[in-house]
Amino acid sequence: MSTQLTAPGGAEPTHFAFDAESEQQIAGILAKYPPERKASGVLPLLYVVQKQMGRQTGSAWIPRIAMDVVAERLEMAPIRVYEVATFYLMFNTKPIGRYHLQVCTTTSCWLRGSDDVTAACKAATGIKAFGETSADGLFTLTEVECLGACANAPILQVDDDYYEDLDGPRTLELIEALKRGERPTPGPTIDRMSSAPAGGRKVLVDDAAAKPQGQG
Amino acid sequence: MLQDKDRIFTNLYGQNDWTLAGARARGDWDGTAEILARGRDAIIGEMKASGLRGRGGAGFPTGVKWSFMPRKNDGRPHYLVINGDESEPGTCKDREILRHDPHKLVESALIASFAMGAHAAYIYIRGEFYNEAMHLQHAIDEAYEAGLIGRNACGSGWDFDFYIHRGAGAYICGEETALLESLEGKKGQPRMKPPFPAAMGLYGCPTTVNNVESIAVSATILRRGAAWFAGLGRPNNAGSKLMAISGHVNTPCVFEEELGVPMREIIEKHGGGVRGGWDNLLAVIPGGCSVPMLPRDVCENVLMDYDSLRAEGSGLGTGCMIVMDRSTDIIAAIARFSKFFKHESCGQCTPCREGTGWMMRIMERMVEGRAEIEEIDMLEQVTRQVEGHTICALGDAAAWPIQGLIRRFRPVMEERIHAYKAAHGGGRPVQVPTGLVEAAE
Repeated sequence: MSTQLTAPGGAEPTHFAFDAESEQQIAGILAKYPPERKASGVLPLLYVVQKQMGRQTGSAWIPRIAMDVVAERLEMAPIRVYEVATFYLMFNTKPIGRYHLQVCTTTSCWLRGSDDVTAACKAATGIKAFGETSADGLFTLTEVECLGACANAPILQVDDDYYEDLDGPRTLELIEALKRGERPTPGPTIDRMSSAPAGGRKVLVDDAAAKPQGQG
Repeated sequence: MLQDKDRIFTNLYGQNDWTLAGARARGDWDGTAEILARGRDAIIGEMKASGLRGRGGAGFPTGVKWSFMPRKNDGRPHYLVINGDESEPGTCKDREILRHDPHKLVESALIASFAMGAHAAYIYIRGEFYNEAMHLQHAIDEAYEAGLIGRNACGSGWDFDFYIHRGAGAYICGEETALLESLEGKKGQPRMKPPFPAAMGLYGCPTTVNNVESIAVSATILRRGAAWFAGLGRPNNAGSKLMAISGHVNTPCVFEEELGVPMREIIEKHGGGVRGGWDNLLAVIPGGCSVPMLPRDVCENVLMDYDSLRAEGSGLGTGCMIVMDRSTDIIAAIARFSKFFKHESCGQCTPCREGTGWMMRIMERMVEGRAEIEEIDMLEQVTRQVEGHTICALGDAAAWPIQGLIRRFRPVMEERIHAYKAAHGGGRPVQVPTGLVEAAE
């Protein structure tokens, strides 16, 4: 599960510094761990970097210079940060599009039509293969493993949000909305309450009966 | 079948307020200080008596696990670590706790931590569950604000801090020692055991790692009593459990059900039946992709619990089943799991690192039928060489779905191979790798 460490084509910036918003988040993060265990902050700080890059450049990724900044802040050897950044799939070690389209194609989603979701993503963005970014720089398409929302398969995760119960046409609609700068409400794209059965709950139907719980 | 009055997760679908006010209306945080006042031994004793078995897949008795924590602190802090790295394909139950019933988890984490002498708990939530982690963080903030956790939690005299740590997209971090490595800021590579986490876990301190659901049910068990919980289900398979149905059913969903109910009844009731009717069923993977699948004739009568599924050569796992109807290319479905395990192998042990790649590549050829009949046995042998020869169970998990396929569907695999040979000019040995075949054609 390793990835390349530096961005191609001279995209690597030569400078990185945390902004005020990031500094505030870092203070909260480091308070969670014993002072002598600062390295525990490496995953959260890499997220902070990625979010800040998203805010500042529109591309949420982690340049190598930022890994060095994280290493210094956490008093770790830079190589320890590099190996963590390249081990975990959710850290982007090269620039990505403004919207990160992450299609789950693992068996539960595949059984419910994730191939159609993938095809719709490609058709709507012009992307030919997983891992590519669209020519307009708006979208990067990634194949991901099970997203853990299998009762709402198939799933497309856009940045942090799950869009569920998709099919080809609804995936196209979603991507067109993103292109217009809209952010449709995440969750099921069919008439359904979260992970309850479509067509209505079969249990917990009478909420009054469901409420008292302390009494045996 | 479980009745609404016996449900633990009464806001499973988020149909009501998930914040503190709503949780209190549902009975959470009711008399928490009195539960703590019973003392460590009484709480652990009650958990043992309830018969609760770990809900993350392995099914180890939760109360017994808690009792492994050292009775006295030797100067090192104790930790509770909650495993919310829900990533087993087919599994989507803890997500509902995190986003719709987070206070059950926070309250139970306090009680469990107290019972094991821990003043701090970490929950490791898979990175993709960003919005779910935000819900839990909100619940934690509310609990601090209301004095339910923090200094002198609930007025009990016990100090308790609860922290969220987000993962970043690595299935292996669901393995408890890989999770601890990751929490310490390293690559998620499993540790050798012993030492077990109860002796030397997070930061080298005594640690217990429990699944989200195992922890979240404990406050309710202690409030309603071990006898109530043990009265549900079957002996040695006590209580209710969150389950899910995905795949080829009419209404995929997540639900709470009593253990020991026939699988067929569950599929009919909650899943709205198999797409195209029961006779259209091909196979069910009962508890996440690591447990072997069961063909229809077994699904007919088997009960959904630890021991019944084990007796059929499978397992309850996470209780989240994947249903496949007869339109399914069963070889491709299992080959996708092989790709999953290849992707998720951490690379530490050679049999797994190399074996998952081997298994994936052979499985890809099996999907096409571009193989020799003898290679089915060779594939089976490769799975045996991976199984049991690695530090953690990922190697086993990669081997079992293939073993299940060969055990239950060998004729389908043979037929595919014969069809390929017939379509490509008879009995010549097939050529490997792909590039050569394409060049020849």
